[in-house]
Amino acid sequence: MKKRIALLTLLLMVMSTIFSGCTSGKESESETKNETESALQSETQDVVTGEETTILLAAAASLEYCMKDELIPMFEEANPGIKVEGTYDSSGKLQTQIEEGADVDVFMSAAMKQMDALDEAGLIMDDTIVSLLENKIVLIVPTQSQLTMDSFEDIVNAETIAIGDPESVPAGQYAKESLESLGLWEEVSAKASFGTNVTEVLNWVAEGSADAGIVYATDAATTDDVVVVAEAPEDSVSKVIYPVGIVASTTKEGAAKLFIDFLQSDEALAVFENYGFTPQ
Amino acid sequence: MDWSPMLISIRTAMTAIVITFFLGTYAAKWIFRLKSQKLKMIIDGILTLPLVLPPTVVGFMLLYTFGVKRPLGKFLVDYFSVRIVFSWTATVIAAVVISFPLMYRSARAAFEQVDMNLIYAGRTLGMSESTIFWRVLMPSALPGVASGGILAFARGLGEFGATAMIAGNIAGKTRTLPLAIYSEVAAGNMEGAYNYVLIIVAISFLIVLLMNYFTSKEKRYQMKR
Repeated sequence: MKKRIALLTLLLMVMSTIFSGCTSGKESESETKNETESALQSETQDVVTGEETTILLAAAASLEYCMKDELIPMFEEANPGIKVEGTYDSSGKLQTQIEEGADVDVFMSAAMKQMDALDEAGLIMDDTIVSLLENKIVLIVPTQSQLTMDSFEDIVNAETIAIGDPESVPAGQYAKESLESLGLWEEVSAKASFGTNVTEVLNWVAEGSADAGIVYATDAATTDDVVVVAEAPEDSVSKVIYPVGIVASTTKEGAAKLFIDFLQSDEALAVFENYGFTPQ
Repeated sequence: MDWSPMLISIRTAMTAIVITFFLGTYAAKWIFRLKSQKLKMIIDGILTLPLVLPPTVVGFMLLYTFGVKRPLGKFLVDYFSVRIVFSWTATVIAAVVISFPLMYRSARAAFEQVDMNLIYAGRTLGMSESTIFWRVLMPSALPGVASGGILAFARGLGEFGATAMIAGNIAGKTRTLPLAIYSEVAAGNMEGAYNYVLIIVAISFLIVLLMNYFTSKEKRYQMKR
């Protein structure tokens, strides 16, 4: 009996260490957030002395590569004295973080929804909001495809089609919207394989498992294994707009404004275009 | 409720079990007859692999074999106009590969339980190896083989990871019950998922009951001796 009690206690101890391990992840996350905040605060003091300023950009995950690899280095080179730190995640998560007081200076989301929500809560400087980019819904085929595919409507020529599940994937929702207004939804959905996220859809087409698929233009640009056939006709789908704005609580409005102006410059827009975005 | 996932799942599982049954039993027979212990262990390890690997790894390997860009897949497309990926056939292939080790191991265990004297007796009577297999070995091993077959059927029915990778998620064609459940949950449609879950739980429970029946039969048979 004693042995059993001892064993049970040991098991409980092991389990409690495991469970406490689960929460410690969250704790360290907020710890790093505090570190970033205090680092930024010390930078603020430097603005007064004219030393280096650091601004924090919170941007949608789909913007990570173009920001990190090209735009931020370009901006920093042209503006010595200003550093840009980027944090990339789903627009919804970033919205929540800003609502909770994260020390973000510039926010760029993948949809108007999050920007509007923050604007209504008074957390964004409303006159700084710019609808900067548009992402397009495109029809893609594997690079070696032999099918006749010239227009978006030619999607029906494919035997197997990959689409994001309209119930849960935004890209799939847009695909359905577009195909419905073209009167092709019934036909396409009958032979469509529904992916649970847009990357799965992209990879199905890249692997050649699906003859055709619908993804964002920016997804298509990340791989050489697919070719864009056509964009969804403009009047068939609502626009996927990426807005940018300055967060109201910023202490570095000057630097933030410089960054937003830079993003609207011709050279920045050219970079965005390379990555598959459509400047507005 | 859309009944197609259930129909597809049952069709897939039934086709798969027929293939798996013969593949598994013959593999077991072959290993059973093998003389070299070392070779036995190595081949047994390879044949058991799909059971211990994560289904996504199996799916990856199947994609690597049958994918349209890969040698075998391309060969099938070019010469037979047959594309395995995203077809119903792919669901069967995934189910067969995943359930094969179960069938094989159960059959082998069942064969090894059989009293060797019966086999020796058959040989002294001049029976061919094939006759011995069908008339002596199989009947004695039947309860074990049958319960293995039932288990393999259940595993094929529940296959998800590898199926999603090579068969895709096409409603009415390759969307099996597990895939349908996953899609419904991802869409937040818990009620829809619940119906499918009930069906699969009911079928699986029935299968386990059947399996227990057969193994109890086996016990009674062994006790008789």
